[in-house]
Amino acid sequence: MSINFLQPEYEVVRNMDRCITCRVCERQCANEVHHYNADLDRMVSDDSKCVDCQRCVTLCPTNALKIVKTNNCFKENANWHTSDITDIYRQATTGGVLLGSMGTPKEYPVYWDKLLINASQVTNPSIDPLREPMETRTFLGKKDATIHYDKDGNIITKTTPQLELSTPIMFSAMSYGSISYNAHKSLAMAATKLGIYYNTGEGGLHEDFYVYGPNTIVQVASGRFGVHSDYLEAGAAIEIKMGQGAKPGIGGHLPGAKITEAVSKTRMIPQGTDAISPAPHHDIYSIEDLRQLVYMLKESTNYKKPVIVKIAAVHNVGAIASGIARCGADIIAIDGFRGGTGAAPARIRDNVGIPIELALASVDRRLREEGIRNQVSLVVGGSIRSSADVIKAIALGADACYIATSALIALGCHLCRTCHLGKCNWGIATQVPELVKRLNPAIGSEHLVNLVTAWTHEIKEMMGGMGINSIEALRGNRLMLRGVGLTEKELEILGVKHAGE
Amino acid sequence: MFNAPKEGDVRIPSGCAISGIFSKKGKRFSGEQAIKSITLMHDRSNGLGGGFAGYGIYPEYKDYYAFHLFYDDTIAKKECEEFLEDHFDMINLSKIPTRKIPQITNEPMIWRYFLSPLPTKLAESQLPESEYVAQCVIKVNTTIKGACIFSSGKNMGVFKAQGFPEDVGRFYRLEEYAGYSWTVHGRYPTNTPGWWGGAHPFSLLDCSVVHNGEISSYDANRRFIEMFGYRCTLLTDTEVITYMIDYLHRKQGLGYEKVAHILAAPFWSTIDRMNEKDKAEYTYLRDNFASMLITGPFSIIVGFTGGLMALNDRLKLRSLVVGTKDDMVYMASEEAAIRVLSPQLDSITYPKGGEPFIVTLDKEAYQQCQ
Repeated sequence: MSINFLQPEYEVVRNMDRCITCRVCERQCANEVHHYNADLDRMVSDDSKCVDCQRCVTLCPTNALKIVKTNNCFKENANWHTSDITDIYRQATTGGVLLGSMGTPKEYPVYWDKLLINASQVTNPSIDPLREPMETRTFLGKKDATIHYDKDGNIITKTTPQLELSTPIMFSAMSYGSISYNAHKSLAMAATKLGIYYNTGEGGLHEDFYVYGPNTIVQVASGRFGVHSDYLEAGAAIEIKMGQGAKPGIGGHLPGAKITEAVSKTRMIPQGTDAISPAPHHDIYSIEDLRQLVYMLKESTNYKKPVIVKIAAVHNVGAIASGIARCGADIIAIDGFRGGTGAAPARIRDNVGIPIELALASVDRRLREEGIRNQVSLVVGGSIRSSADVIKAIALGADACYIATSALIALGCHLCRTCHLGKCNWGIATQVPELVKRLNPAIGSEHLVNLVTAWTHEIKEMMGGMGINSIEALRGNRLMLRGVGLTEKELEILGVKHAGE
Repeated sequence: MFNAPKEGDVRIPSGCAISGIFSKKGKRFSGEQAIKSITLMHDRSNGLGGGFAGYGIYPEYKDYYAFHLFYDDTIAKKECEEFLEDHFDMINLSKIPTRKIPQITNEPMIWRYFLSPLPTKLAESQLPESEYVAQCVIKVNTTIKGACIFSSGKNMGVFKAQGFPEDVGRFYRLEEYAGYSWTVHGRYPTNTPGWWGGAHPFSLLDCSVVHNGEISSYDANRRFIEMFGYRCTLLTDTEVITYMIDYLHRKQGLGYEKVAHILAAPFWSTIDRMNEKDKAEYTYLRDNFASMLITGPFSIIVGFTGGLMALNDRLKLRSLVVGTKDDMVYMASEEAAIRVLSPQLDSITYPKGGEPFIVTLDKEAYQQCQ
């Protein structure tokens, strides 16, 4: 075997005074980091295999383990970082495209962190959420610009189909295949209990999950995996995925190892084969083609379901969104470049696309300039990490937010960013039966419900602080935000004033 | 030289006092009554703005739009009059009579025009007459620097200025006018610096609004209504409320009660308890016009031809009282401002948050005022 120049990223530190060689770590680690050495009667570790998933650390009964980032260092400089060097070593060894999971780890500005939220003082009082109703109910879908009356002068209330959410948060698309059966079930159960929606991603819908249909958004992606009439009928809404924030312009790739029998059946593809979805839909090469698909899906579901078009946040996203709004979509989902992924070419994930904050602000502004903002709802995702991010997104113009990585973290994900390996020790991004079992859907869904409930409480608190008692009064209310440390141009695009103004 | 910043230049987050007086039989009474009511609430204002709206005050010109304008200078006046002559038949024009008093200073040029849309221009525009006029008002206010049309309805007029409202009333000699309905406002501006054009009432066509409070939904409301051709140039809460009422009532054909149920929509928990028909209608209105929900404290009195509407925010974060005596209806921020006009009342009510109190002329009186 040739030398690959690569050194372990992490070191397993074992406190030998505490280790009782119970071998829990060995049994828990799908990456085979830990071994029992009978000759030495002690546990030993292979640091090179460790992905820092923290499973062993969490489950060690004597707290004998910790994983630390190695302090073995390359001779870095301001231009050449360890990651640059090791990536070259990897590619020199394999000749392949480097894959990565989850959102980009690169240090791009996080505009959420440069926006501060307003609070009322004296002239406009705060509202106490413990005493007064705070409404977070949200409807997504096209709104009527004109009221129509019947011959008796009554308002005709029939409208285009809407999605009703108890709170402006949904679980973003994650396919069955990229995540486990139990992870999917957790999301479906939680969405149902919360009165929100989860999204199938492009993996189809397992027949066990049809029962959660009223809280399911079914996705039609370029691979059309698992798409059939029952599937379209099963969901409350249909999402056409044109792009994904982590990999704009790129299709999907689910390694054959993850295509188990059940995944194969759900996706309608052979077991064990790689599921490669193309970047483009091969029947959509223009906005007119997209319009045809939008209406084909509406037609095939009898105009009872809103159609979402999901795009990645890219340059000129305002014009793209305008085209989508005019092509009949009820909802536009925009995914920012910091969004997560099960697997993406790392170079693309780290360099393609734009931040969701800027994309959202420019799309909202463009649609309002064209007078069509009410004809479409905006849902944004791409690293929504807290309720504050949700508040800021809505103030910038979003109707609701998609969360995915945050939801996975609530399920126990430790962001080790190796989903593509299929060995998720937390039973989330894996199809290995013994690993899948590690995630209990009842407990998983409870954690998700707790997370969204907690965020909703926080949203209500912050709304009350602003003197707002209904989420719609926050939507596009950019005066509720102030920028800190942003350039004039950034403030202009975001449409917010600087703090102090 | 008037160099202070104006509305539209600065937005700072307002107190205020409001009052409305209405005769259901259409009896016309002088603006003195409104002055008396607002004077009692002197401490709710700070001298940076006050104003009145009188309905039925121009019976001799009731078929014409009465434009009240502020001009900064003769250049603005010349440019604006060219525009008006280009779009309207000018029936009459004059300075609005004022009384020089030491409390009111820095007055702009204040003019009044009675106008009728030029038939050819109106036909060319392919717009309903009211929309034609509204667009002309918005055009002047957004494009002609130094000109501000602050009143544009028929048989009604707004009179406002920088100062305490009782002084504004005396300045405009309102005792010389008679109308069947008056609203008045004493201003405590905090959002804006306080300027003549930014004083209340704020009006478009015959709809005028006086407002007490500061709405936290301002930018959501503003950014939404601006999609429909309105331009919020003054940055005041009242302006955006006026435009939303105009849009919902005039353009969408909703009655004032339904308008109120969009601006101060019932809580979802209330809607959920309604019968199916009402639930469908309220859900429809709230969903489709979600961005017109006003949050934050407000009490408003909306004047329109033949009626008044009083409305509180749905949490009733500002005070609002309604009293009646014979055919007279009184609305005010404080009960005392009503009792000062009519110590003995037939009834006194405190409208619930979000529940409008609407009074209109009796049928016969309404026909007379048309």
